[in-house]
Amino acid sequence: MATFLEFIQQNEDRDGVRFSWNVWPSSRLEATRMVVPVASLFTPLKERPDLPPIQYEPVLCSRTTCRAVLNPLCQVDYRAKLWACNFCYQRNQFPPTYAGISEMNQPAELLPQFSSIEYVVQRGPQMPLIFLYVVDTCMEDEDLQALKESMQMSLSLLPPTALVGLITFGRMVQVHELGCEGISKSYVFRGTKDLSAKQLQVIDKKTIKKTSNPENDSYHVCSASRPCQPVEQEFLQPVQKIDMNLTDLLGELQRDPWPVPQGKRPLRSSGVALSIAVGLLECTFPNTGAHILMFIGGPGTQGPGMVVGDELKLPIRSWHDIEKDNANYVKKATKHFEALANRAATNGHVIDIYACALDQTGLLEMKCCPNYTGGYMVMGDSFNTSLFKQTFQRVFTKDMQGQFKMGFGGTLEIKTSREIKISGAIGPCVSLNSKGPCVSENEIGTGGTCQWKICGLNPNTTLALYFEVVNQHNAPIPQGGRGAIQFVTQYQHSSGQRRIRVTTVARNWADAQTQIQNIAASFDQEAAAILMARLAVYRAETEEGPDVLRWLDRQLIRLFMFHLRRSPFLQVFNNSPDESSYYRHHFMRQDLTQSLIMIQPILYAYSFNGPPEPVLLDSSSILPDRILLMDTFFQILIYHGETIAQWRKSGYQDMPEYENFRHLLQAPIDDAQEILHSRFPMPRYIDTEHGGSQARFLLSKVNPSQTHNNMYAWGQESGAPILTDDVSLQVFMDHLKKLAVSSAA
Amino acid sequence: MCPFMQFTEGGRKYQCGFCHCINDVPPFFFQHLDHIGRRTDHYERPELSLGSYEYVATLDYCRNNKPPNSPAYIFMIDVSYSNIKSGLVKLICNELKTVLDKLPREEQEETSAIRVGFVTYNKVLHFFNVKSNLAQPQMMVVSDVGEVFVPLLDGFLVNFQESRSVVNNLLDQIPEMFADTNESETVFAPVIQAGMEALKAAECAGKLFIFHSSLPTAEAPGKLKNRDDKKLINTDKEKILFQPQMNIYESLARDCVAHGCCVDLFLFPNQYVDVASMGLVTMYTGGTLYKYNNFQVHSDGPQFLGDLRKDLEKRTGFDAIMRVRTSTGFRPTDFFGAIYMNNTTDVEMAAVDCDKAITVEFKHDDKLNEDSGALIQCAVLYTSISGQRRLRVHNIGLNCSSQLADLYKSCETDALINFFAKSAFKAILSQPLKTIREILVSQTARMLACYRKNCASPSAVSQLILPDAMKVLPVYINCLLKSCVLVGRPEIPTDERAYHRQLVMSMDVADTQLFFYPQLLPIHTIDVKSDAFPTAVRCSEERLSEGGVFFLANGLNMMLWLGVSAPPELIQGIFNVPSFAHISTEITLLPEVDNPYSKKLRSIMDYIQSNRPYSMKLLIAKQREQAEMLFRQYLVEDKGLYGGASYVDFLCCVHKEICQLLS
Repeated sequence: MATFLEFIQQNEDRDGVRFSWNVWPSSRLEATRMVVPVASLFTPLKERPDLPPIQYEPVLCSRTTCRAVLNPLCQVDYRAKLWACNFCYQRNQFPPTYAGISEMNQPAELLPQFSSIEYVVQRGPQMPLIFLYVVDTCMEDEDLQALKESMQMSLSLLPPTALVGLITFGRMVQVHELGCEGISKSYVFRGTKDLSAKQLQVIDKKTIKKTSNPENDSYHVCSASRPCQPVEQEFLQPVQKIDMNLTDLLGELQRDPWPVPQGKRPLRSSGVALSIAVGLLECTFPNTGAHILMFIGGPGTQGPGMVVGDELKLPIRSWHDIEKDNANYVKKATKHFEALANRAATNGHVIDIYACALDQTGLLEMKCCPNYTGGYMVMGDSFNTSLFKQTFQRVFTKDMQGQFKMGFGGTLEIKTSREIKISGAIGPCVSLNSKGPCVSENEIGTGGTCQWKICGLNPNTTLALYFEVVNQHNAPIPQGGRGAIQFVTQYQHSSGQRRIRVTTVARNWADAQTQIQNIAASFDQEAAAILMARLAVYRAETEEGPDVLRWLDRQLIRLFMFHLRRSPFLQVFNNSPDESSYYRHHFMRQDLTQSLIMIQPILYAYSFNGPPEPVLLDSSSILPDRILLMDTFFQILIYHGETIAQWRKSGYQDMPEYENFRHLLQAPIDDAQEILHSRFPMPRYIDTEHGGSQARFLLSKVNPSQTHNNMYAWGQESGAPILTDDVSLQVFMDHLKKLAVSSAA
Repeated sequence: MCPFMQFTEGGRKYQCGFCHCINDVPPFFFQHLDHIGRRTDHYERPELSLGSYEYVATLDYCRNNKPPNSPAYIFMIDVSYSNIKSGLVKLICNELKTVLDKLPREEQEETSAIRVGFVTYNKVLHFFNVKSNLAQPQMMVVSDVGEVFVPLLDGFLVNFQESRSVVNNLLDQIPEMFADTNESETVFAPVIQAGMEALKAAECAGKLFIFHSSLPTAEAPGKLKNRDDKKLINTDKEKILFQPQMNIYESLARDCVAHGCCVDLFLFPNQYVDVASMGLVTMYTGGTLYKYNNFQVHSDGPQFLGDLRKDLEKRTGFDAIMRVRTSTGFRPTDFFGAIYMNNTTDVEMAAVDCDKAITVEFKHDDKLNEDSGALIQCAVLYTSISGQRRLRVHNIGLNCSSQLADLYKSCETDALINFFAKSAFKAILSQPLKTIREILVSQTARMLACYRKNCASPSAVSQLILPDAMKVLPVYINCLLKSCVLVGRPEIPTDERAYHRQLVMSMDVADTQLFFYPQLLPIHTIDVKSDAFPTAVRCSEERLSEGGVFFLANGLNMMLWLGVSAPPELIQGIFNVPSFAHISTEITLLPEVDNPYSKKLRSIMDYIQSNRPYSMKLLIAKQREQAEMLFRQYLVEDKGLYGGASYVDFLCCVHKEICQLLS
């Protein structure tokens, strides 16, 4: 048998699943003793170009409480044309279309290599993709211009049938009518007054003809009683039809015309704008894949969802204010956006937020919008930076078939064997409140359900799923028994088709008393670290900060947890509330590899002493004759050691005789470019050197093994001291050991 | 400071003519006195030598102590189904394109400082961004009529010259844009609200031109219902018909006045639109109300366009406040007109134009001094069309007399009728019609009886003696009593009565005179060679003759009455048709025929029209045809169509009353 490491790797590649334990303790009691729960990281849309799309619908177990999908783990009686569900043991008749099956002629879903399989549902109409742009106009002309260009660019990437809409806001909110000739027309709403979806519907009844039946073609409603007539969808129009019109409209888009008095912030109605966007989609295209792309250049300053007043002399809330309960607007605004996020999520609409400003923009309050709906959150300094431009471009990345790498309106359903139940999920999803026999009473994260809605999915979207072993100690599982879990993901593919991806996995049970080494060997350290980290971040989001650190300290995991403690995911010191929200947002959705980078940045060293090598994330790695490349997921940093920097300054790289130095300088840049090309969101690229101000990014990440406190390192050419009061890993470990021993005693 | 001030002590002090208080002359104003005690600069200073003069006001007199911005005109067009269908919207838009060039301006300036803005509406409001740098106007729809707001500031109010191409583009497109509308419901109060908010946001005074057609029945503030109830006529509840349906219009009017927003309302009703409610804001803000029943572009178009042009080009003062001061012994007690009063002394007007008159009632509260006479000063603070804050002062000194005979000699009947009409029309809101009519008759009788008793006692008791200056009073009072406002008959539409009531409230003396006693000119007897204006004849059927042609005008309407045997050459001359039978009664304009009759008649009409604030529509009334009934209404000395007494009957009635009073 292959090693567990290979097994884990193979499983991840095939199914997008990584479990903390790959052999499960067979009773509840033992499972709780393991501290780290049985849990998995699951990437529903793991890129599998080799998967054949199955052009029929899955066969379901006939028991109404089960409805599991036929899978390779099912027992099949080919002669009787029967199959036994491996979750509820119900015996099911094959449908008539399966009449021809035999041992030799098996359908794909029964083959072991198709433990993950994708069905394409033929039923139902092809839904157009919908992109609703919600644009802040309270920004500098340069920024607005850059944003306009980015939006134009994105329009050119959309499929011609995609529906687009435009809402702009400043002091007022304008919903633009598209495709009208001559005079451009827009509906204006007051930025201080929230409209319920119902009001919006009533007000715009004559313009938004509600598609009475979502099964119908969305912009041509035909019904038997009425002759077919085109419904004027004035706000959402197919790109191909209004391309020119929208281009003109964007061209004439001006900065918010209301004067901003000195000492005031511009009045920005972010809350109402988003509310109208959500309402608009809600009453026109419920349960259809839609993206609300919200671009904001500053914090909302009026109406519901305002995060700061318009007086410049009152700064936007900091963590300090929040802890002191001094942030007046946070709770109200959060409530507003939470309600919107829930509405959008219910309808399967995604909210993306692109916030570009030097100051905070209220991501803390708005975070739930992308978090609940699986939308993107991008934070930058200005729309006129390559960071934003390229990140935004990457949103519209296409796969080999020219389809967007995104899925819409997904639902994830999980079925489990009897011995194990689902505690909950942590990731960009909302609960569908579907109670079932496999739902555990102990909630972790978003729990109490076996179905979640993931409105926006991309190939990296990863959920952490927590399980609970419920088998009682006195009811042993027979030797060789396996526990199975089935993940059923339904989503709208960007081609408009509905697809169902089914992943069925099984793991062995083991008695912890007799086979403890088996279980221990099956421990997936990386997965466990990320799973625990997610749990910690989830708690940090919902509970008070220091308590989470203490909770984490009580858990016992090496190394990663040291960095996690120091990471912005848990520490709010030195980060604004917006930044924290941003970092956490991304941590909660990326897959394992990326998450690992986020917790423990990767550090590569380039020198004349040999090929590039990964080095310890430690201050001792910072040497004068090295170039370091650090990848923290959000930043890519190239650090030139003292000597290298001097050489570079002297211009050695330009001399032909020092060509090898030029190569050395170029190597990390090439590697960085490679990372830059694939990552979403685009990381901040930093090129710095010894003593450079930007070097602080590196110095704040490395393990401070040498600080100004332990001066013994001085004089030895072994690294760079870090000026910090944080404890080093060594101290942390010592402390941890002591704690472990004393608590065991 | 005014000519009534007396300078003393060598010019160092002056005594106020009104309150007799002695004040120091401020050093900058000091001037020596000449030998008759007059300042040496008496004729150099208008405020010392002239009755009326104007100051440029200092910042203290400006709103928020800031110099005002130039005013703005906002055109708000009802684009509901009926207005589109009648072609009105197109007519307005076409007209605006040319007429906007003629916005009033100061004499020394090239272009008008007035900015313009455009709104169309039906159930929702559409604002237009017509900023000069746009290629196309932009339309912004505000559907939140419950709490209306202005969606844009920059680009809404523009200088027409600068934004000409965008504005013209917009005016071209508006009729097309709504060409296939089927929206028939409208809002009204939110429209005014929006206009006011726009002016408020732009921090300027201004005028709204609202072109509206129907009762605002859409769900919004100020929604009106058809409450016209003929059963209320001649009951104590009749006054309700003249009061607004709800308070919102009154509070809206107050807000408008506070922000210097005048509302001119052009109504194009096909049925009851509740003028009493809709016209209220217009009334309180010093605006003008125009009403065109069953508007047809071809027949009513010229009249409407005439009104629109006149209204646009009118010299207007904005955000005005007027105060009347008097010398001791009497004081102003009541004010009538298109005004709003927050307290008892300040007359507030969102705008006041050259055709608006305010009638002030004075009462004695002490004895007047025969030597010093009675002094009246009227000061109006307003913003001019160029945005200058000005103070206009009128002064008048009147003699006082203890002789009743002198008093009766100096009486002006035209002014009296103006006052009686306005006070009667105001009283309608609170008193039953019958009482008002009785009061009018008894007041007339008492005035005449008093004269009889004190000035003309030697004559026989049964003889009716009228003071020279008041000899036409009874006929005027009779006309007033016959005006449709004071006649409660179900045949007369309530809207018409409310409309007339509102018009009269802001009329000046000449207008009321003409309105109540129309001008009747014989045309068949005019001498086409002379420039002389024909002499008007009395409005009585006796004066008409079968062979005559008569022209009648009352300030709102013009009529041409044609006798069955009118001279054919006259008919040929005027109408360019061979005979009486060929004349079309449909026409509202006389054909331009090149002959002396036509020219003369048209010049007479033009002359009469040019002095009137409202454009008059011409009606042709042939003798013994349907239209003659209409004409008869205006023959005010005859028995009225709706039961009004003839002049002779009324005179008898008054005489009886006088006799009763005397005995």
